[in-house]
Amino acid sequence: MTTETKLPVEKENIRSYSQQNNEPSWLSELRVEALAEFENLPMPKPDKTKIDKWNFTSFKSHTVESEAFTSLEELPEEVKTLIHIEEANNLYIQRNNTAAFAILDEELKNQGVIFTDIVTAAREHGDLVQKYFMKDGVKVNEHRLTALHAALLNGGAFLYVPKNVEIKEPVQAVFIVDNADTALFNHVLVVAEANSSVTYVENYISTVEAENGVANIITEVFAGDNAKVEYGAVDTLSKGITTYVNRRGVAGRDARIEWALGLMNDGNTISDNTTYLMGDGSYGDTKTVVVGRGEQKQNFTTQIIHHGKRSEGFILKHGVMKDSASSIFNGIGKIEHGATKANAEQESRVLMLSEKARGDANPALLIDEDDVTAGHAASVGRVDPVQLYYLMSRGITKQEAERLVIHGFLAPVVNQLPIEGVRKQLTEVIERKVK
Amino acid sequence: MAGSTLTIKDLHVSIEGKEILKGVNLEVKGGEIHALMGPNGTGKSTLSSAIMGHPKYKVTSGTITFDGEDVLEMEVDERARVGLFLAMQYPSEINGVTNADFLRSAINSRREEGEEISLMKFIRQMDKKMELLEMDEDMAQRYLNEGFSGGEKKRNEILQLMMIEPKIAILDEIDSGLDIDALKVVSKGINEMRSEEFGCLIITHYQRLLNYISPDYVHVMMQGRVVKSGGPELAQRLEAEGYDWIKQELGIEDETVGQEA
Repeated sequence: MTTETKLPVEKENIRSYSQQNNEPSWLSELRVEALAEFENLPMPKPDKTKIDKWNFTSFKSHTVESEAFTSLEELPEEVKTLIHIEEANNLYIQRNNTAAFAILDEELKNQGVIFTDIVTAAREHGDLVQKYFMKDGVKVNEHRLTALHAALLNGGAFLYVPKNVEIKEPVQAVFIVDNADTALFNHVLVVAEANSSVTYVENYISTVEAENGVANIITEVFAGDNAKVEYGAVDTLSKGITTYVNRRGVAGRDARIEWALGLMNDGNTISDNTTYLMGDGSYGDTKTVVVGRGEQKQNFTTQIIHHGKRSEGFILKHGVMKDSASSIFNGIGKIEHGATKANAEQESRVLMLSEKARGDANPALLIDEDDVTAGHAASVGRVDPVQLYYLMSRGITKQEAERLVIHGFLAPVVNQLPIEGVRKQLTEVIERKVK
Repeated sequence: MAGSTLTIKDLHVSIEGKEILKGVNLEVKGGEIHALMGPNGTGKSTLSSAIMGHPKYKVTSGTITFDGEDVLEMEVDERARVGLFLAMQYPSEINGVTNADFLRSAINSRREEGEEISLMKFIRQMDKKMELLEMDEDMAQRYLNEGFSGGEKKRNEILQLMMIEPKIAILDEIDSGLDIDALKVVSKGINEMRSEEFGCLIITHYQRLLNYISPDYVHVMMQGRVVKSGGPELAQRLEAEGYDWIKQELGIEDETVGQEA
């Protein structure tokens, strides 16, 4: 694309932001180079969704300063419900672009676990961050939005689990938007070294309506040999925020990466969730649940790319579309040459609640190897009137019967979320959205 | 108070433009057990679906009333809440909704807000009835009818009957596909319900269920009408002699209705 994009941020702003945070020079350079590249890179091209008129670049200011929380008691009520306040030992809270609260269990600290905001991580664990940041997961120059992300990075978290450390309790991050001017360029980096295991859950929550907000979120997960990462997310950004969210995983030998994503934004959203199964015997599982409403346009691309022999990938997506919402569900299972005995399975189901809603499920299997197994199933349909009849024949009202069917439709994914409070919140969000 | 009354008068029903019921008359009162018999394809299941309000069946003329109230004016859920129940031949499978959650919703739909059944009481009742029906405990937490065997589905229909305690129940081929042990268990459940307050219409084409549940009245359906009614002795004669004598008596050649030749 050749259209000139006027960013509200110049090279000098980026340099000074980086200096102000005492970032290592590699990161400052990476930012400046990304900014220089940004203009010349193409936009991403999510299959079947036109995004050239979407706003990814125009926002009021790069950072919004907010007050930190001195205790969990100060949190807004809707955030408190997400957290086990008494048991929250491993928690990071970001308010707009400010790292607002962080705790990590002492024992885990002693074992070498790191869990902190991305800016602090870059400063204090620069080499470690540099080793993984935007290299083998998401590349800076992949397209215009990844470059923009690298240049403007202004939040996010870093979770590092050393070799052989198994974290029993979930590690949680909550990203709160309570200022309408906030632009999010969050980067979450999860590194689980060999034989370690961790469950990470994040929530995106808006407590204000934004006019013309921008969120450009990237996650990179690295699971070393025989490591296991469970990654749960519930996104509930408000209607005025246009979101690009890219969650990537790279799995080593016998490693497992399991995603459970509740993609509940109210604004236009492009979501890319890709898992690279690099190691032999690696395992990737993606469960996604989506509700679209209003005039919302969304595109959800889920990919699992098999390099490792005997690698297994499972994609399960359930979406409910109401009002005039439209969504594209692209599912891709890709088996590279040499990934013998790999297994790629996927299933996409879309339930439409209104005449004007649109849902499109596009499963694809791209296979470059003979000795593999693969399968896909996809369906787009309406609520079955015979199911409603059955439920109603027991006295249940039509409204309640529909509610049961919709919850039932989404339950296989919702039930996978690893923290009860988050599961409850997702159920409530769904309740609110489908009403 | 005495039981309720379901009255069907000159009922005509069609599906996709084809008339299946051609003037059915029937009355079921509290305290009575009726058996509706007849070969396949004579309109028995159509009658049960039309009473409950299945979306595919269209009532073209005639009336159905429940204690004098016009059932045909009611939505499906309203029919259930006045006291009608249909144990279905092919219950729907509903993914993601547990049997227990579904049943609790059904019970609470009959109660005012704030008066919902307590979880403990509900579980106690459900456990007791599941035990009587010799159902596995895990059936409560399984998704509604999903992956249930034929016999499990039938027991689950009877479990719902026992939990909901309707005034008039229609059991559509509750005996089909059941082995003798399961048949006994299901019959035990139905007999447990027997009272002056409870009326029941049992649709079957086998007499064997009636060995365990003795009916007060027996009706035979052919060509979309009730062609013969009598007492329990009628069922016994059907078991011994089949349906041919009725066809001869009434001059019926093909007893079915609405089926392609």
